[in-house]
Amino acid sequence: MSKYTERLYNGIIKENPTFVLMLGMCPTLAVTTAAMNGLGMGLSTTLVLVCSNLLISAFRKVIPDGVRMPAFIVIVASLVTVVEFLMKAYTPDLATQLGVYIPLIVVNCIILGRAESYASKNPVLPSIFDGIGMGLGFTFGLTCIGIIREILGAGQIFGVQILSLEWFTPITIFVMAPGAFLVLAFLVAVMNIVREKMEAKGKPLAAPSGCLTGDCAHCGQSAMCTGKKSE
Amino acid sequence: MKTLILIAIGSAVVNNVVLSQFLGICPFLGVSKKTETAAGMGGAVIFVIGIASFVTALIYKFILTPTDTQYLQTIVFILVIAALVQFVEMFLKKSIPSLYQSLGVYLPLITTNCAVLGVALTNVTKEYGILESVVNGLATAFGFFIAICIMAGIREKIEYNDIPKPFQGTAIVLITACLMSIAFMGFSGMI
Repeated sequence: MSKYTERLYNGIIKENPTFVLMLGMCPTLAVTTAAMNGLGMGLSTTLVLVCSNLLISAFRKVIPDGVRMPAFIVIVASLVTVVEFLMKAYTPDLATQLGVYIPLIVVNCIILGRAESYASKNPVLPSIFDGIGMGLGFTFGLTCIGIIREILGAGQIFGVQILSLEWFTPITIFVMAPGAFLVLAFLVAVMNIVREKMEAKGKPLAAPSGCLTGDCAHCGQSAMCTGKKSE
Repeated sequence: MKTLILIAIGSAVVNNVVLSQFLGICPFLGVSKKTETAAGMGGAVIFVIGIASFVTALIYKFILTPTDTQYLQTIVFILVIAALVQFVEMFLKKSIPSLYQSLGVYLPLITTNCAVLGVALTNVTKEYGILESVVNGLATAFGFFIAICIMAGIREKIEYNDIPKPFQGTAIVLITACLMSIAFMGFSGMI
């Protein structure tokens, strides 16, 4: 496997940001009311992630270490602004649906996390593939959760009625706020079982590094929250 | 006055920032193990969001609008918030050490807390003036304070329960959040 396909595999399967690393939980909970929203959010995050990895990797020797975080934040915020205007122009319905969560891509920990842990240390091409892999992994995660919530909550997938309303009563709570927490709770529980099974097999999964671990002090991304250098 | 009260109730309980808008999930799950730390975090968030919504509203009204550069709002707001948190930290450390002792450790964690940026952007989207922005910010942060304190109280009790193994840790916390969210939906008829 070449190092580029390895990056894609790493992002989509091995260190999948939603299922394995548990990163970016705010958008995961907020926009997965329907599969389409999850897909749109995932793809826009992917676009920002690929471009930010490209730029940060290209400038990695120019940016002084002391102002690393502010520089990354400016780059990411500019890209997010561009993506926001593109979405408002070409996919106005989706932009209205996602609303404030599009500008909030800036504080999505996947993007600054990848900038800090990969793009600022590696050449441009692998960084781009890292962005594509992680972005597609995130898109995959959001779309899966979106599909589950849309089927249970409305009997639809991508807006197409799958379960006939004649015999299926939609469990509306799943497309509302509490449903997001419930689906994520079961996802975490399932991943705990998978994690245990894989460990028994001798192939342990990467540890979750996101906010769900509830341990800010040992979080791999804490450098970007605190703005201080990670030890 | 009536609109201000409506904004305050709406942001604090009806559209609770954590339980219905999903902003600030990270500290909500991360620092809700004990009631004291949860209250400290909640206090720090009220403090920072209050100041941040005032400053961002000022900047939007007196710098971005006259120069017709509203499209820069995301970039400007995130930088202002990041710088502001640093200043608040330095100021508190120097002049109010007792407050710094209780809030200080949480301040840096708030910089990239999406709730702060979220409130600033919501204020702009809803076209709130400066006073309305501050009220909205404080109320939103108070909503966060309520949610994280209730959650910490419940988590202290959960510690003693016999939970199925896969659900131990984060999963049971999310289920608790789900039930809290259902309870908060009861407020939705208020306005």
